[in-house]
Amino acid sequence: MAEATDRLIERLAADAAPVRPLRPPALRAGLWLLAVAALAALGIIAFSDLRLFAERARDPKLAVELAATLLTGVAAVVAAFHLSLPDRSRLWALVPLPMLALWIASSGYSCYRHWIAVGPEGWEIGESAHCFVFILSAGVPLGASLLLLLRRARPLSPLPVAALGGLGVAGIAAFLLQFFHPFDVTFMDLGVHLVAVALVVGAMSLLGKLPPRRAAARLSGL
Amino acid sequence: MAAGKPGHDVVRQERWSRLMAAAQAGDRASYEALLRDCVPFIRAVVARQHRRPDRVEDAVQDVLLTVHRVRHTYDPRRPFAPWLAAIARRRSIDLLRRRLRAEAHEVVDEEAYETFADPAANKDKEAADRAAELGLAVAALPEGQRQAIELVKLREMSLEEAARASGKSAGSLKVSIHRAIKALKAQLKGV
Repeated sequence: MAEATDRLIERLAADAAPVRPLRPPALRAGLWLLAVAALAALGIIAFSDLRLFAERARDPKLAVELAATLLTGVAAVVAAFHLSLPDRSRLWALVPLPMLALWIASSGYSCYRHWIAVGPEGWEIGESAHCFVFILSAGVPLGASLLLLLRRARPLSPLPVAALGGLGVAGIAAFLLQFFHPFDVTFMDLGVHLVAVALVVGAMSLLGKLPPRRAAARLSGL
Repeated sequence: MAAGKPGHDVVRQERWSRLMAAAQAGDRASYEALLRDCVPFIRAVVARQHRRPDRVEDAVQDVLLTVHRVRHTYDPRRPFAPWLAAIARRRSIDLLRRRLRAEAHEVVDEEAYETFADPAANKDKEAADRAAELGLAVAALPEGQRQAIELVKLREMSLEEAARASGKSAGSLKVSIHRAIKALKAQLKGV
């Protein structure tokens, strides 16, 4: 048995091409967030009504919600980069949770105030559908680029890393949504937001479950 | 985490960090030296989950493969042993989980326990199997032949007694027995 281990070591040493160590996770997360911020700034300047946004942002409730979505997004992305490495604490997974709770509570409070918007056709879903599409369409490019970066670490447990990344993307998308969403959320909206967030997290988790194992498969064929 | 004196540990930590940094740069000799140096440490970590020596060695090899796959995630400014220990612990637990899951789906084959590697040891079981086959073959014979075999060969009656019991002539019983034995021979030879 130990002989097989010896042979494996020789094999691995023969295969040891130079590798570039990953940069610190906080730096990698920061660079990705910076790139997203730059692109988002362009989109906001080009397409959103900033004057209307500034008026709405004076409402402390909306300000809390904005802060909560952004903090959830940033915290989850930073946590995902840390969690993708083998020697960082598993507790990183818990870091975004207080912010997530604040996000859900603030949206929930707004729902309580507005409950359901009932129009001539019953529950109105027109604006919610717009949010749904927004969160998903912002989520796809953000999620894909983030997943590519996270997978570079070849995480030992890809699922929680991808799920955290999905939460980060969903938080950022929900934050950006407020710039294009000139009304408070209703109960229906919250449901639609939650479904969109769950879809982003679910899709990221699914994709993250497929780790690149080619190298391992090649080497284990002893 | 590792056994040994604190001073010894510090020296070893520095040596491992240095070797791994060299390995990341493509120095194969350093990499091989590092992996060989680490095996007892890895073995000690995985031995907490696995008792049987072959399984410990399986886990050690799995950890080595994983170390190779993720060697770019080691940051040379950080200590090496916690990085290695985290990989060893997690791969070892994964392996244990996979094994438990596989064992939960295994089926117990009671027959398998009654069969031995030495063919001579199986003769009781095989004799019983053959008797059952013979019984089935006899039951499948045409009625006249089956009755003749049962009366003369199984109940060991004489031809006259059998002729009286069956109402057939001794001559026709003889013919039936002859044909039945021929048929049984042909059928059991194929088994």
